[in-house]
Formats: sequence, C-alpha cells, structure tokens
Amino acid sequence: MKMIVCIKQVLDPEAPPASFKIDPLSHKMVLPAGIPPVISSFDECALEAALRIKDTTGGKVTVLSLGTGLLRNVVKKPLAMGADNLVLLEDEAFDGGDSWSTAYALSRAIKKIGSFDLIFCGRQADDWDAGQVGSGLAELLDLPSITVAKKIDITKDKARVERITDGGHEVVEVDLPALITVSSELGPPRYTTLEGIMTANQKETTILKPTDIGVEASQVGASGRRIDLQKIFQPIREGNCEFIVGESLEEAGANLAMELRKAKIL
Amino acid sequence: MSEYNNIMVYTEVAGEALSALSIELLGCGRKLADDLGQDLCAVLVGTKVSSLAQAAITYGADKVYLVDDPLLKDYQSDSYVSVLEKAVTQAMPQILILGQTAVGRDLAPRLSFRLGTAAVLDCVQLTIDPDSKLLLQTKPVYGGNALAIYTCKSYPQIATVRANVMSHLEPNTSRQGEVIIIEAALDPSAVRTRILEKVPESIEGIKLEDAKVMVSGGRGIGDADGFKHLEELAGLLKGAVGATRPSCDNGWVPSTRQIGLTGKIVTPDLYIAVAISGASQHLSGISGSNTIVAINKDPDANIFKEAHFGIVGDWKKVLPAFTTKLKEILSRA
Ligand SMILES: Cc1cc2nc3c(=O)[nH]c(=O)nc-3n(C[C@H](O)[C@H](O)[C@H](O)COP(=O)(O)OP(=O)(O)OC[C@H]3O[C@@H](n4cnc5c(N)ncnc54)[C@H](O)[C@@H]3O)c2cc1C
Repeated sequence: MKMIVCIKQVLDPEAPPASFKIDPLSHKMVLPAGIPPVISSFDECALEAALRIKDTTGGKVTVLSLGTGLLRNVVKKPLAMGADNLVLLEDEAFDGGDSWSTAYALSRAIKKIGSFDLIFCGRQADDWDAGQVGSGLAELLDLPSITVAKKIDITKDKARVERITDGGHEVVEVDLPALITVSSELGPPRYTTLEGIMTANQKETTILKPTDIGVEASQVGASGRRIDLQKIFQPIREGNCEFIVGESLEEAGANLAMELRKAKIL
Repeated sequence: MSEYNNIMVYTEVAGEALSALSIELLGCGRKLADDLGQDLCAVLVGTKVSSLAQAAITYGADKVYLVDDPLLKDYQSDSYVSVLEKAVTQAMPQILILGQTAVGRDLAPRLSFRLGTAAVLDCVQLTIDPDSKLLLQTKPVYGGNALAIYTCKSYPQIATVRANVMSHLEPNTSRQGEVIIIEAALDPSAVRTRILEKVPESIEGIKLEDAKVMVSGGRGIGDADGFKHLEELAGLLKGAVGATRPSCDNGWVPSTRQIGLTGKIVTPDLYIAVAISGASQHLSGISGSNTIVAINKDPDANIFKEAHFGIVGDWKKVLPAFTTKLKEILSRA
C-alpha cells in the first residue's frame, strides 16, 4: 500500500484566543514569538489514518508538505511518528496561495512522486479553515474522493470508509486509488516515541522547487490564486459577564439558579 | 463574463420537504438577485423530488432547474458534481450558493475545481460590493479568531453558507415560476463510490439542534462519570448534553455531541458551559445562543468574554448545588 499524506504547518490553533493578532502590514495572522507552529490537527489525523493502515497491512507513507519557513522539527514530526519519507514543496513562489494554487502545486508534486494507492488530507486546515484542498486535489488528479472520514478499512484493492454526514455516518466503498479527507472523530493521533525521533533524521527528505514539478512560478502561491482576500478583521467580544458569587461555591451555584429564575431565563 | 446573469441556489431535501437551510438560502439568494436586478434560480436534485419545485418558487425562486433521476437517490460526489456541472453550464449563474452541510462542503469545492472557478466555504454573510458588483463572502477563519472577506475572480462565484445566519422569506404560494427539467443522463460506471450503509446517529433524548437548553462539558469535567452530573441537569431542564472536542476525543461522550466549528452549531435559549475554556472553535458553534452561562475555575478563561452569567470555581462544587436549587425552584413553580 503506497500512501501519500498532505500536511500543513500552521499557527498553533490552540494558542490562547487573545494572543491571535492581525499584523497590520502583511494582513496576516500572527502569534507572539515563543508559540511555535504545529502541524494542522486534521492533517495529523490524516497521518494517523495512514499509519494505522501501515500497521495492519504494511506499506509506505510519504508525507508531502507545501509552504515557506517550514521548521524542520515541525514538518519532520510525521517521520518520528512512523512515516517513511518527506517531500517538501518549499519555495517563496509557493507562498500566499489559496486552495486552488495549493492543490494545483500538490497535484503536480504527486504526479512527480509517481504511483500511489491512497492520498490522505485533513478535512480542513486549522488556519484558514477553507476545507477545499482535498477535494480539489482529487478533482485535479481525477480520483474518487471521500471527505470527512472517521474510519478507514482496507480490503485488497478497496477502501471501506465511514464518512460523517449531518445525521450520522455512512459506509462508503471505493476502489483504489482514491483520496480521503480525515476528521478528528478518527481518534487522537499517536505520540512520537524517542526511538521515532532518533530515526526521523535518517529518513529521506526531498525538497522540490517549482521547476522540479514543471510549473511556472506564476501558477502557484499568491500569483495562482482564484480568490482575493479583501479584508481580515477580528470580531470584538464585548465581555459583559455578570459574575455570581456567594459565601461558598455551593452558595454561588444556588444563587445562579435564583438569578436565572429572576431574569426569567429558567 | 456578461453571459453569466443570475443567482442560483442549490436546494437540499430533508425528508419530504426542502431543508430549513435551503429555505434560508433562497431568502438570501432572493435578496442578492434583487440587489443585482437578476433572476433567482433554484437547482433541485434527487429522486422523486419534482413535487418540491413549487416549494422553491414559493420561497423566492423564479426558475427551478430540476434533475430527477433514480441514480440520484443518495448524494455521491461523482454523480452530483456532474449533474451540477450540467445545471451551471445551462443556467450560467454569476453566483451559486449552497448550504454548509455534509453535501455542500463536499460538492462545492469539487464542483468549483471542475468548473475552473473558486468557492468560499462556511460563509456567515454574503453581500454585493456596490462598486465592483462582486460577491463579498465573509467567513470565519483561524477557528473563529478572525473573519475574512473574500471575492472570487471568476464566475460562478461559489459560496456555502452556514445554517441559521440568513433569514428566509415568508412563503408566498401565489408566486409563479418556471420549472426547467435537466436530464441527468448519468453513466453509473462513472460513479466511483458505493454507499453500503447509512447509519443514523443514535440520539438519546432531544436532538442538539432542536434543544432549547444545552448543558455542555469540557476537558475540565475529567471523565465520563463527570458527565452524569451534566445529564442530570439537562434532564431536569428538558435539554441536551453537548461537549467540546477534547471531551469527545477522550471518549467521555460520543463524537456526535461535539459542538463547534467542526461539530454541531446550536442556537439554544440557554447554553450552560461547564469547565470549557472558550476556544474560538467552540464559540463558533454557540454564538447564536440567547444566554450563555459559564462555570470555570479560571477567572481569565475566554468563555467569560462570551458568557452572560458566570461563576469562577470548581464545577464539582458549583454544579450540584445549582442543580439542587433548580429542582427546588422548579418543583415550586
Ligand atoms: C480546526 C479545529 C477545529 C476545532 N473544532 C472544534 C469544535 O468543533 N468544537 C470544540 O469544542 N473544539 C474544537 N476544536 C478544539 C478547540 O481548539 C479547543 O481545543 C477546545 O474547544 C478546548 O476544549 P475545552 O474547553 O474542553 O478544553 P480546555 O481548553 O482544556 O479547557 C478546559 C477548561 O476547564 C477548566 N477547568 C478544569 N477543571 C475545572 C474544574 N474542576 N472546575 C471548573 N473548571 C475547570 C479550565 O480552567 C479550562 O478553562 C477545534 C480545533 C481546531 C484546531
């Protein structure tokens, strides 16, 4: 089973909400120095899905990441978790892309990587929450896609996938090769082990530039965008909470009940 | 791009009727169409759905593109993308609006790549820029820590819209409209996925989306047992129990109870958040609540910025006393 997992380095989405600030010059979201970036959480779930298949049926897991300023200890984490090799699309030309230009560059890189049975992506990235690269990539590669999966079983040349729907889930079967996007309902991704970290550095990392995947710099990154960001702003939360107190916490709890009654909320 | 000249809404069917969200989208589409002086089209896809075309007209559509075929019984990316591609090619809309549902978030991106245009998902506001006449698509980004406004460089401009943010029109049964039938002409072998089974959520009690009162627990609840206290309170108030992602990921409650950006979006009269920090991704799912009550031991927890009433302290002390007092009050009433 040859698997490719697409991962993205993002600002830590779990950083305290008040620490997210928009840089007035670049119009980009920034976090204070000292809060390091992470792999987008759904991408880690996608990786976990691939590693579980590798655990049971064997196979090779290639991790593909596009970006600039990729920190090695971040993007190499998948290697420490058990992936086999890393391919980085790392070039200034890839910066500032949207779903279209990112999916386009990834599709070209995947053609370069060659044969595969399964491609995994996270359902959406933790930064822009766009939720389109997986489906777009499948369309560009003319693959069947199943989105927002929570369980994947492989039988020979088929995948049987539990896909989350609005009222529950459905079990969908697809012939391989196929593309699957993964959600957190899959269950938490594994931790890295010390042994994993030790071997990560011996695993192969390849860096690809636009010319390596046969694209013009004008087709990728900001130049390849199909949507324009007109504005980004932070909603102001007023914060007008009425704090209920009491002699003890128990009394505060009872007071809360009376307060809600008084306000005709209950 | 002038050959593109109307607004199209993709309507979904829930049971025997148009879904509530589809009716909201028709209301939103009607407004955009009036702003631009254009027609509003609905596209209705499925098996034995033709009787719903009139409903789309009643809620604001001027035209309905109807694709009714036995192969369209269930949503599958391959069949629905190809049918929508046909409808768009025939109707040439400037704007195509879908719901942010399991269907919409799968269909919109794949369709936009097929058509060579672009989509913006999970919008909370759609307006027309008075100068450029382009669609301004507002959506939460960074898990709700910011809002972004996008425009699309090509037609149709595709957007999916979150539930409960648009208002529907009053139905007008005297409205007239045209129904245009499109043949699906699907090749079954071109549908590369097969649905083996549909498993409905096993919901005990009230559906989260319908609950008037919600009691939700976060990581600070600590274990599955802790949720029993929340269930007791929810039972007393005829409400439902919800949870944050960590509570679901830890298996304390089923993942179908997750509230937030990637869980369910709820709009109860009263939302009681217990041991929840108030991450933006969670707040995204509850900001439509009338009243939010928070119990958290950390006075600086972000949830207090969103809450109307709060208690700073250990929920294990606060909640049982709150429940007991409520029982007393309710038994008196
Ligand atoms: C892309 C993305 C999507 C996400 N989608 C969702 C989503 O849909 N829904 C969601 O909920 N999360 C979502 N998350 C996760 C989100 O970022 C937060 O991690 C999560 O909401 C935090 O949950 P929590 O408040 O339970 O946990 P924590 O943030 O760990 O907060 C626990 C709180 O409990 C309090 N506490 C602890 N013990 C006690 C006690 N004894 N008494 C009182 N208070 C106590 C603490 O003070 C703390 O504030 C998403 C994350 C990402 C990156």
